[in-house]
Amino acid sequence: MKLDFDTWLAVVQLQADYAAAVDSGRWELWPDFFTDDCVYKLQPRENHERGFPLSTLAFDGKASLRDRVYGIQETLFHDPYYQRHVVGTPVLRGVEGDGAIRCESNYAVFRTKLNGLSTVFNVGRYLDRVVRTPDGLRFAERVAVYDSEMIPNSIIYPI
Amino acid sequence: MSEAQTPARPAAALQWEAGDTSRIPFAVYTDEQLHREELERFFYRGHWCYVGLEAEVPRPGDFKRTVVGERSVILSRAADGQLHCFENVCAHRGMQFCRARHGSGVKEFVCPYHQWSYTLSGDLQGVPLRRGVRQDGQVKGGMPADFNPKEHGLTKLKVASRGGVVFASFDPDVEPLEDYLGPTILPYFDRLFNGRELTILGYNRQRIPGNWKLMQENIKDPYHPGLLHTWFVTFGLWRADNKAALKMDAHHRHAAMISTRGNAGKQSDVSQVSSFKAAMELEDKRFLDIVHEDWWGEPTAVMTTIFPSVIFQQQVNSVSTRHIQPDGHGNFDFVWTHFGFADDTPEMTARRLRQANLFGPAGFVSADDGEAIELSQCGFTQKPGHRALAELGGRGVEETDHMVTETLIRGMYDYWRKVMEQPA
Repeated sequence: MKLDFDTWLAVVQLQADYAAAVDSGRWELWPDFFTDDCVYKLQPRENHERGFPLSTLAFDGKASLRDRVYGIQETLFHDPYYQRHVVGTPVLRGVEGDGAIRCESNYAVFRTKLNGLSTVFNVGRYLDRVVRTPDGLRFAERVAVYDSEMIPNSIIYPI
Repeated sequence: MSEAQTPARPAAALQWEAGDTSRIPFAVYTDEQLHREELERFFYRGHWCYVGLEAEVPRPGDFKRTVVGERSVILSRAADGQLHCFENVCAHRGMQFCRARHGSGVKEFVCPYHQWSYTLSGDLQGVPLRRGVRQDGQVKGGMPADFNPKEHGLTKLKVASRGGVVFASFDPDVEPLEDYLGPTILPYFDRLFNGRELTILGYNRQRIPGNWKLMQENIKDPYHPGLLHTWFVTFGLWRADNKAALKMDAHHRHAAMISTRGNAGKQSDVSQVSSFKAAMELEDKRFLDIVHEDWWGEPTAVMTTIFPSVIFQQQVNSVSTRHIQPDGHGNFDFVWTHFGFADDTPEMTARRLRQANLFGPAGFVSADDGEAIELSQCGFTQKPGHRALAELGGRGVEETDHMVTETLIRGMYDYWRKVMEQPA
């Protein structure tokens, strides 16, 4: 599999931009990292490995991501917190016939509640399908498979 | 027995301010001694606890590790197809020998420490070096000649299964499951679990830093869903002016909240509620692509609380069991098992999975509940001598045909007091 350096750089940049966006508190930035007919899932590793289809969150299409943003901003009561993603260098798994790039990367998310200490919140890996669009690279599919199956109460913001 | 010898009854020392259960002392949520007593009286004696669905252990040799109260247990299916449940504590040195969360094709359970082995029904079958070793023509060591393996099986629980749902009890004298559920609740149980084969869609797990009873109360409280949960009120899934009924068993320990969807988006008394958003529109309408299923009958949602360990959810097309697993007075794990039915079409499975976005630890609706419970526990902890109010709809305990009441919570504490205030 060959990938030119500029494409590789763009994939790394996409990952970094995503992390910066979902840590910024500007939730409206989140859907724009995806294609219109995207798939986003946040799935416990147990379900993923046992072939159970349930995800903790499972959205398809950008519209459903915008509904989640509205939920975060307007409808979901929660104890406010900061989150901070640390994302590893992506492992390239392959380039598909249509040019879509399959890659994986480890991530750790720390949560910091107001007046609280920072704690490890959610760790896992992203399984991504990245495609070229006129606006640059976007996620056609992003599945966050998390090891932290025992969720510390709730997950409100995008991982 | 003289008064001085009477074992301490922590529950008898509680102050119930109104005499009845309409004012609940915070100490029921914060006192570790009361919690120990609750485990004994509700989880380990006289009650059935949820341990899983038969669909989780469909074949002989399948097992699942779970808990009853705070005790680790294994649910297994033996070669003859029978279900068994036994405690995950080796009869030899007490090791919690099973660490896998589930498995299949198992012939026996072996404790890694000294290789004592047990059958799938929990009987001791092998003790290495039981007869000692032969050295220089002499037998040395080994278990005493009178050691009887039959006396050293794992602690077995009584098991009952109905409609594919498995309960277990450490108490061999517990009443039959059907009597335990009672004639009022049983039809709602059977409505959901009517013998159809279930399929497991998957799990969600969350650790909620609050007292376990708060989750029972959450699903015995029809007051909050139309207020805390903007989604419910705005889309009419659950709101105060829906057609509704609240039912209890004769002991007031189990309950069913039954609601029929209506009034989505309409103006009425509930439009004054600050969480009602008349202008809210989903961009992706499929989250609420509700298709009526024949087995529902009229209600679109039935939330059933089976005391002390489980909640059965039917909210439109999303169905799940929610297992309450206490861990001390101030924490519990909450395990969601979403399921479907073997005859579901692929479209119905997709619908159940999409509607699952409303529920669970990140759900559009249910994420709020864990947060509210955590912050309630914070309030109790800072003010342990105080009490909560549960006076909506009066101070007594009765079934109702509306949701503007906390009668089910008062009912649960009525039962709690009966059990907890009995002499030891």
